[in-house]
Amino acid sequence: MLWPKLARNLLSRPRTDPPVTPRPEVVAALRDRLAEAGQRRLGRSLAIRHVDAGSCNGCELECHALGNVAHDLERYGLRFVASPRHADVLLVTGPLTRNMAEALLRCRAATPEPAWIVAAGDCAVDGGVFKGSYAVLGGVEEAIMPDLVIPGCPPTPTHILEGLVALLEANAG
Amino acid sequence: MTAAALLTTGAPTACAPWPRVVLDRAAWIALRDAPGLDLLALWGAPGFAHAAFLDRAALRVVLASLPAPEGRFPALSPGRPGAVLFERALHDLWRLTPEEAVDARPFLDHGRWPLAGPLSARPAPQAPEAPPMAFLPAEGEGVHQIPVGPIHAGIIEPGHFRFHVQGETIVRLEARLGYTHKGTLSLMLGKSPRAAARFAARLSGDSTVAHSLAFARAAEAAAGVPAPPRAAAIRAAMLELERLHNHLNDLGFIANDAAFAALHAECGWLREGLLRAQHAAFGHRLMMDRVLPGGVAQDLDAAGVAALRGALARIAAALPGLLRIYESHASLQDRMVGTGVIPPALRDAFAPGGVVGRAAGRAFDARVLNGEMAAEAMPLHAAGDVDARWRQRHAEAGIAIARAEALLAALPEGPLALPLPAQGGEGVALVEGFRGECLAWVMLDDGGLIEALYLRDPSWLHWPLLEAAAIGNIVADFPLINKSVNGSYSGVDL
Ligand code: SF4
Repeated sequence: MLWPKLARNLLSRPRTDPPVTPRPEVVAALRDRLAEAGQRRLGRSLAIRHVDAGSCNGCELECHALGNVAHDLERYGLRFVASPRHADVLLVTGPLTRNMAEALLRCRAATPEPAWIVAAGDCAVDGGVFKGSYAVLGGVEEAIMPDLVIPGCPPTPTHILEGLVALLEANAG
Repeated sequence: MTAAALLTTGAPTACAPWPRVVLDRAAWIALRDAPGLDLLALWGAPGFAHAAFLDRAALRVVLASLPAPEGRFPALSPGRPGAVLFERALHDLWRLTPEEAVDARPFLDHGRWPLAGPLSARPAPQAPEAPPMAFLPAEGEGVHQIPVGPIHAGIIEPGHFRFHVQGETIVRLEARLGYTHKGTLSLMLGKSPRAAARFAARLSGDSTVAHSLAFARAAEAAAGVPAPPRAAAIRAAMLELERLHNHLNDLGFIANDAAFAALHAECGWLREGLLRAQHAAFGHRLMMDRVLPGGVAQDLDAAGVAALRGALARIAAALPGLLRIYESHASLQDRMVGTGVIPPALRDAFAPGGVVGRAAGRAFDARVLNGEMAAEAMPLHAAGDVDARWRQRHAEAGIAIARAEALLAALPEGPLALPLPAQGGEGVALVEGFRGECLAWVMLDDGGLIEALYLRDPSWLHWPLLEAAAIGNIVADFPLINKSVNGSYSGVDL
């Protein structure tokens, strides 16, 4: 029956966590970056394209968790999109493997300007534990320079959200 | 010849708990068709080909090796289709050539590493220009190709799918993997098991406990030091928790791929509650790096146990409702039932583990082999379609809760870890993760450092079955089938 459920849901407290607040210094640094690059502000909504550059899939689990009802990333005006052509942000996870480098570069080329590059997870920051392997080039920066790094192995959804909301704030002006 | 008779022809090594037998060429070739043996894995070492089988009747692991001084060995793929991907990877990583192999194309090597055969004794310089991947063809009127990936539309690991379709219908599918190849095995060589554990923990992040545990048990078997009882119980509980959070994830995502968002939202909420409890109990949402060779990295206190039991109780209370919702929506049933069928003939040919195998009627679970669970405890939804895989996961989620509850309620006291002596040895272990059995084989040198090893994710045998199960289905159902199999990319890419 729909009605009892609806009534229950209307009367119960929402399951969603209180909104995250980004660290002011991160917002300020991103704003400076934006001004420096003379980059247009993108407003209060960002479309995110996730790219796995070779991860262990731990980071993907936490990116997925951003969409669950507790974190609910869409309430911030953030959403994942299916194509880099629709994206304002490339959220890159994993160490950059040699086998993924070309795909990442092609993805970047398909992303319209202006675009933000976010490296999420220790691997994306500098290769993480896989640094030095014959099959790994290093962090995302070996192919494209990130604007924001979110360390952690994997970073928690809250940490990823803090980073993405900081991007929003910087773009909101 | 029977498996037992074959093995008596070789020289056994001191691998624990199951010996590894070094065979001659004729005996190795006989393994192709030896009855009663299911192929678990096939891998290499400089100058050797190694294979692991499951002896179904005796319920034990059988390890066999063949010296390959000339860099060649008789392929097993002519008799065992499951060997195909292993042989391709064997050639890519160890430069050993499988003779008479069914498929000699590269797999993990895309021609982009600086050296070919990075794990062989003498890696060769890479050819300057790698030929493009030649996909298996499909012929017929109006057949066309759909290339997808390596970057997919969702939040998912990279891999390339090449569909041949006729109208709406998939005629052939081939998955090209290897994009996330990180050289994990090479990074573990020469390290102590303790130092190498973080790589096993990152073979496939969603199975971090299962692979860490398989590696730890293999290293402990090699060193002859079993984990103390408290550590063993905490690890067993973590394994069930990991199974549960992944099953919840899959139950939700399969429904989501049939555009049934409510179930996805509910499963996601329950799973988040469990991950938070895991964070409270272990300091890490996915419990990464908490299993160590020799024991566990940290204790589980009463507050942690209480947090976990609270989350388990909430999930246990919600599970019957999930099934009710699933069964009462014809729109959902319509997408699931009869979709992506793995028929008995293919099940028997590949002998897949885990939910994929059990939901096709193959009653194997490594927990039974390890004496951790009774065989009768596991139900089988054997139809082999997406529906069976959903129901199998749902049933197994309930069992995981009961097992975790029982373990948490009676944690023995005692030490958390024992040091592993710096000495030589060889060990193997099979641990039932949420996808199926994770195999680890470790050989330690006299200083206790890793001389050779292999870690095998259950997905090796799931990917070819996904390709087969997709045939005859419409392209729009592929995400559903794919999610219901849920192979690990990183786990296979190594
Ligand atoms: S940062 Fe950690 S979780 Fe993320 S891809 Fe790397 S190893 Fe996996």
